[in-house]
Amino acid sequence: MRRVVSVWFPTLPTDRLWRPEEVGGPRQSPDLPLVTATSRIVVSANETAADLGLRPGMKVAQAQALVPGLQVCDADPAGDAALLHRLAQACLRYSPLAAMDLPDGLWIDVTGSTHLHGGETRLLRDLIARLKRQGLTARAAVADTPAVAHAVARFGAGGVVPPGSNVMGGFPIEALRLPNDVLANLRLMGFERVGPLSAAARAPLVRRFGPVLAARLDQAAGVLFEPIVPVTPEASIQARRTFVEPLLTAEAFSTVIATLIAEVCGELEKASLGARGLDLRFERVDGTVQAIRIGTARPVRDALHLGRMLDERLERVDPGPGVEAMHLIVTRADPLGFVQTASSLLENTSADIAPLVDRLINRLGEAAVYRIAPVESDVPERSVRIVPALTRPTGSWPADLPRPVRLLNPPQSIEAMALLPDHPPVAFTWRRVRHRVRHADGPERIAGEWWKRDREWSSVRDYFRVEDDSGRRFWVFRRGNGNDLETGDMRWFLHGLF
Amino acid sequence: MFATLTIPEKPSPTDTLPRTTPVPTPSIALLRERIARIGRIHTRGPAERSIPFDIEAIDQALPTGGIRLGALHEAASAGADTEHAAAATLFIAGILARLDGPILWVLRQADLFAPGLAAAGLNPDRIVFAEAGKNVLPIMEEGLRHPGLCAVVAEHTGRLSLVASRRLQLAAEQTGILAILIRRSQSFDDPALNEPTAAATRWRIAALPSPPALPHAPDTPGLGRARWQLDLTRCRGGEPGTWITEACDATGRLGLVPDTADRSVMAA
Repeated sequence: MRRVVSVWFPTLPTDRLWRPEEVGGPRQSPDLPLVTATSRIVVSANETAADLGLRPGMKVAQAQALVPGLQVCDADPAGDAALLHRLAQACLRYSPLAAMDLPDGLWIDVTGSTHLHGGETRLLRDLIARLKRQGLTARAAVADTPAVAHAVARFGAGGVVPPGSNVMGGFPIEALRLPNDVLANLRLMGFERVGPLSAAARAPLVRRFGPVLAARLDQAAGVLFEPIVPVTPEASIQARRTFVEPLLTAEAFSTVIATLIAEVCGELEKASLGARGLDLRFERVDGTVQAIRIGTARPVRDALHLGRMLDERLERVDPGPGVEAMHLIVTRADPLGFVQTASSLLENTSADIAPLVDRLINRLGEAAVYRIAPVESDVPERSVRIVPALTRPTGSWPADLPRPVRLLNPPQSIEAMALLPDHPPVAFTWRRVRHRVRHADGPERIAGEWWKRDREWSSVRDYFRVEDDSGRRFWVFRRGNGNDLETGDMRWFLHGLF
Repeated sequence: MFATLTIPEKPSPTDTLPRTTPVPTPSIALLRERIARIGRIHTRGPAERSIPFDIEAIDQALPTGGIRLGALHEAASAGADTEHAAAATLFIAGILARLDGPILWVLRQADLFAPGLAAAGLNPDRIVFAEAGKNVLPIMEEGLRHPGLCAVVAEHTGRLSLVASRRLQLAAEQTGILAILIRRSQSFDDPALNEPTAAATRWRIAALPSPPALPHAPDTPGLGRARWQLDLTRCRGGEPGTWITEACDATGRLGLVPDTADRSVMAA
């Protein structure tokens, strides 16, 4: 399922004038009313000016009469477009496909990459916060198609539109991105909202307004695929191949990948760099662009390794009617010098597992490949933490603590019979099976960590290692110290298996 | 409260095992191993090395005198522990503790507790974990094709076809990496665990009750070292066998069960 983010900058021209790189901009406070104008006609107004009733299309003289002391600057659509282009390049951090939506927006195709940023809601929040720090007012929406996202960002409240939901019906017909004369005529005919328009008979409308209306309606309904034209990152190492005949097969793609990688690796070697991230774009005959993105844990310029990682992703590419060009871009590169390899026959060279980790992450995702590091905590659940697979080992593991090899998370409730306060259970029932305890060690008292949570101020667990009559060993604990109900409710739990 | 049962020290090999040849000093043995390793680079593949249990009865039953590296081995727990495979995991951890190098541990779900591995002598810092969901076997094969590892462990639930296991076996042979499958199952006596596979050995580890307490012990005596019944149910080029051993100690070594311990208790 495709997911597209649309970002709308309602006051881009006036916001831009306050950016540090604008030397000829206004010199007073950004809260004062400000408009940009061309040929004495207002083109855009900042928030304060809009609140005072100034609208694009007004004459500057009229605006100045309404708002005394109004600042007026020259409109510069080319400058706005250049800023949008830079913003789109910056948005490549979210996805390999980010595009300008002239004159005042961006599109980011985030299909399959939202999980890297903690989900769609968090991605949008992060995006808006970053733009705000740049001094740009923005509203963003994510939806199934560029058309719906565009409409929700501008005419709705923004945010996440759930997959498969139909929200276009309630929007005004301006949300369809139609030319002004078509809009005016539709209004004359009595169409106000998208819903009745899409329900109306299509043929007479198309005869009157041309295919653009039908195309926009189909794009809004998700019937017609709307391609976005992604921007390329600035000044990066890249390689591109165009083909006389469109390519369709995975073998052909692999061959091209090999040549592209060889070219890119040559460039990387000249610059003493190693790739940390690669985007491979497939430009299809029908104008759409598909992309695969890989990342590596360490700088790499091993053509074989990079090629294999890209090949593994090929199955996600839909060549459609054919691919006419492939474009490989190094999105991130870090310095990588030359390393002398050991040539001793005797010494065991410590093998580098970074390529394996890269490939596992490529297949399973970053969260699924990890190392475990010890944490200075007596509470078993907190005594380990997950660290990235290639971090250096830190800390030492407690060698002499009796700890189970399997930990049940959360601990499972058992019914146990035990003498209070500090005897091991005589017998316990776990999953309706009764285990009679023959041997036991304990208690090992583990107190709550009051500096983490107030509730743990007085809580206590008493752990026992017990062996049942079949020889299986369990790690059970009682919540509470056996005397004081304030330390726990004296219920028994099974926490691990030896 | 704590164990009153005295467990004799494990007898050192020199005074119990009759040897005809003089025991080589460690440095000589190390040099010989190095020379052998250099020779192997030019002659054969990296396979044919094995890691012994240092228990003569078990090592003799295995055709290579130990767990062969560059081969696939299976381990499962017996009885109710089949689901969590705690004993099998400790058994495997003991073998891996005596190897050097990084390990890939392919999980289906994350219920492994690293401090428990550390208690069996296996430093968890050596392990890279991969949560593979349903792709345990492909990820295991991926790891086996990477020559930098010393072992790949995977926890597999359900059936294992002959073809799949042969793929793993071939991958392990090529790179000389020890491949271990921990077979888990929801049911105790899952027939799927007994189906033939291409594994070199198949182990079943069952926990045994500790020996009876000494007289004058408290009502609930303490825990000594755990005891296992090791069943070698399949062994390519060797005979199956059953041994009763003590569980891995802090360096990952199994112990012989001192039969005399019980006897002295009875006498007393």
